[in-house]
Amino acid sequence: MLYTVIKKNLFQDSVSLMLLTNHLSAIDGVNQIQVMMGTPANKDIFKGSGLYTDELEDASPSDLCIVVNSDDEGIVDKVVEETDEYLSNQSSESQQSSISVVRTWEMAGNKLPNADVAMISVAGEHAAAEANKALDRDLNVFMFSDNVSVSDELQLKQRAQEKGLIVMGPDCGTGILDGVPMAFANVVDKGNIGIVGASGTGIQEVSTIIGRNDGGVSHAIGTGGRDLSSEIGAITTIRGLQVLDQDAETDIIVYISKPPAPEVREKVVNVFKTLSKPVVAVFIGDKPKAAHDNVHYTWTLEDTALKALELSKGNKASADRIIADNQDDLNKMKETKQQYVKGYFCGGTLAYETAMILEDALDLDTTGKHTEGMMLHVEGHEVIDLGDDQYTQGRAHPMIDPTLRIEKVEEAAKDPETAVILLDNVIGYGAHEDMAGVFAPVVQEAKEEAAKVGKTFVAIASVTGTADDPQVYQDQVDKLEAAGIIVTESNAQATKLAAEIVKYVKGEKTIATNVDQQSNENDKVAELIASKPRVINVGLKSFSEAVLEHGGEVVQYQWAPIAGGNKRLAKILEKLK
Amino acid sequence: MNYQSIDEANQGVIQHVLESQPFLLDVVPAKSVISELNGKVLLHSGPPMKWENMTDPMQGSCIGASLFEGWADNEDDAKKMLEAGEVKFIPCHSVDAVGPMGGITSANMPVVVVENKVNDKRAYCNLNEGIGAVLRFGAYSDEVVNRLKWIKDVLGPALSKALKQIDGGMNVNVTVAKAITMGDEFHQRNIAASALFLKDIVPYLLTAGLPEKELQEVVKFLADTDQFFLNIMMATSKVVMDSAAVVEEGSIVTALSRNGYEFGIKVSGLGDRWFTAPVNTPDGLYFSGYSADDANPDMGDSAITETYGVGGMAMIAAPGVTRFVGTGGFGDAVQTSDEMREICIANNPNLAIPTWDFQGACLGIDIRKVVETGITPVINTGIAHKTAGVGQIGAGTVRVPLGCFEQALEALAEKYGVTAE
Repeated sequence: MLYTVIKKNLFQDSVSLMLLTNHLSAIDGVNQIQVMMGTPANKDIFKGSGLYTDELEDASPSDLCIVVNSDDEGIVDKVVEETDEYLSNQSSESQQSSISVVRTWEMAGNKLPNADVAMISVAGEHAAAEANKALDRDLNVFMFSDNVSVSDELQLKQRAQEKGLIVMGPDCGTGILDGVPMAFANVVDKGNIGIVGASGTGIQEVSTIIGRNDGGVSHAIGTGGRDLSSEIGAITTIRGLQVLDQDAETDIIVYISKPPAPEVREKVVNVFKTLSKPVVAVFIGDKPKAAHDNVHYTWTLEDTALKALELSKGNKASADRIIADNQDDLNKMKETKQQYVKGYFCGGTLAYETAMILEDALDLDTTGKHTEGMMLHVEGHEVIDLGDDQYTQGRAHPMIDPTLRIEKVEEAAKDPETAVILLDNVIGYGAHEDMAGVFAPVVQEAKEEAAKVGKTFVAIASVTGTADDPQVYQDQVDKLEAAGIIVTESNAQATKLAAEIVKYVKGEKTIATNVDQQSNENDKVAELIASKPRVINVGLKSFSEAVLEHGGEVVQYQWAPIAGGNKRLAKILEKLK
Repeated sequence: MNYQSIDEANQGVIQHVLESQPFLLDVVPAKSVISELNGKVLLHSGPPMKWENMTDPMQGSCIGASLFEGWADNEDDAKKMLEAGEVKFIPCHSVDAVGPMGGITSANMPVVVVENKVNDKRAYCNLNEGIGAVLRFGAYSDEVVNRLKWIKDVLGPALSKALKQIDGGMNVNVTVAKAITMGDEFHQRNIAASALFLKDIVPYLLTAGLPEKELQEVVKFLADTDQFFLNIMMATSKVVMDSAAVVEEGSIVTALSRNGYEFGIKVSGLGDRWFTAPVNTPDGLYFSGYSADDANPDMGDSAITETYGVGGMAMIAAPGVTRFVGTGGFGDAVQTSDEMREICIANNPNLAIPTWDFQGACLGIDIRKVVETGITPVINTGIAHKTAGVGQIGAGTVRVPLGCFEQALEALAEKYGVTAE
């Protein structure tokens, strides 16, 4: 029996209605069904499929016509219900993912023109060819694939070297580039420890221990296990060490491998000696040798991580990074000849320590007159212990009453010669309940005032205290940092940093990143680690997702062998240019 | 070789495409412009074809055309005549023409004349008959034949009179550029272009001195026929791609076509040769009561539109028809056009697609890229019933078989003296 439903003035396009027809055909009890607009041509189609009814005669092209053939009249209600539901809910679910998928190198280049690394995980027999295509395009290579011949590996690494690129791998299981995990990597906070490793799980073990102990990793460069063989001669290892040495984010370099061939080991250790940053090296399985130059040897992966953490917290090199981060300000200070440190302390011993370190670091000629709280007063440098009796007469100790220190800071900020203002912040029971909360706005305002006359200065502080103190160590640090104050791990570090800054603005010090910026144009590896990687992922799609999730850019190259693996056609294609 | 490399030759091909200035000049009887049609001759779609290899719908179209031309009075006689080999078959493509589905075109059927003003090349295509039971899908009932006669006697002459009033003819590029921004991809969907055509032609129809009844019929027919522009687009694509084929070098596809038996392609560097492989059957949506089992294998010269970079290649231009592919969301349409871009060497700036961030439609299918990636062009197509006389039963997409490209690549290797050794 044929049943007809006409829905007046309900226009739907024919594709929707064909889909709807398919959908309704599946209802139990429907023998046959057709849903179409009531155009003359469609009425013919109803006739052609034996579903024409007289009711269709009056249907207009803007009427939705449903004709159902069923043995059960009750089915009509069901059909109408399903139709209404379908039409009101027909936004198709799109399968689009946020990762672009391409099928050729050319298109990958179009989608991500500034790509800087290709991650390759295709089968080993094809991996070298794809890596060469990546090098053709001046891309660094992260090669997850294994089963690549030694001769191919050597060719790729030599070629990369000539072009100022790096080939990580083959058989490189893991890496972290500017906080973005590559292949099998753990999520570790960003920090100042850089890793070069010939062992994937070694990198993972060390980086996760660092992460669990509140440290962080700047970059982890996997080299592939064979990089240390005599044939390859540590090409990638050496490049990795050098690039981390130049990297402003990295203060400590960790090196992880199994013991390599003796001559290669010697080569690598010689590179260690040329680096400006401390190296923590583990040759897994070898008893650690005595430390020399800037190099510390460890026995286990855990030792390695812990040693690196220790160094990362009290590290001289971090001055370079801070200078690099504040270079614009510091260069301005160079021009305005702001060269002096002003330190206002509430802790007498801290003030004394600062004076001592500055004298030494800046080679100041002092006769050591530490009277009336004035710990240092040479040229424009000034370090005062505001807790000295001289200053506490008639008022509370500066650990409780910050009034005088605020005045001093404001004064120093206006002094045209001030480069750095140094502060301590001693917390604990009895101390001011929120010294950081007081100084944060003072410093911020002083900076804004200075900016009005085209000036700037650097504020550095350390916090003496613990997480269990009532003021809570980290809360104080956070407040200071939020106001643009650099907070160091200790007063000694704060002072050393101040001294380095003074040396820099006096032109007595240059930093590695300065040099970098000039040579960066050709150093595509430095460029690679200087910002979040932009990856063409050739192979396993899951690697793309991790890159994207951590702020990298990525294009998924859905790789397939050329000409479906037909070698003859592939060969023709190669020649037919 | 006039070019330093295949890539350079291919750029030459693209240049010719981009410089083309197609204009719709006239609508005339096919025999007046295609001399081969004088006699018992029928044009068909795709590569050369024998009667015995034709699928039912194409044979049905031949029967319909024989009745239309008056070569036979009834179906049986027509069939006997055709089986006896009395009618000569020529591919449309061989005589500067293209035809949709069966592509069957006979002497007295009107064809559109599209000329490339740059080189005076012309191409022809018959007129769209509307949908349902129509000759191109293999239907040949009295209704079908009578409509063909009306097209010959009324529609064709009316359009001719209108077009002749437009100095230099109607600029097709203008209509196409507008319509692609209105959601047409020019194969599955031509409603915007058809409406624009109607809008542009009506003033001239009004001044063509037509009897009022004929005027009404013609306007009504054009208003009802959403795909009317498809045939104009086919002739346009043909003349543009033939203009590009004069380069006679390179690896760009200049024709895609199928006859229900074979899919054939032509390549810029390989002249007039067809490279063929067994045709696929479309994947799509069907009218009620029909399924993939009823579908005729793919046919028609309409894939010339994909050669020009529209149709399935420009899927993203027509969100309204995207559900013919895959699950059919917008993302799939993007993906389809993105995928097609992989096998093309350029984008056509004259055909900027709003939904594709105004990227131009894909242009220049490179057979090397097709073979390299295994990605074959997507064709948007109608689906004919495999039995003659039923007509259209659905629409969908079909892929060009890879074999065509592999053979063409081998031929290209031979031409350029390249071996696999």
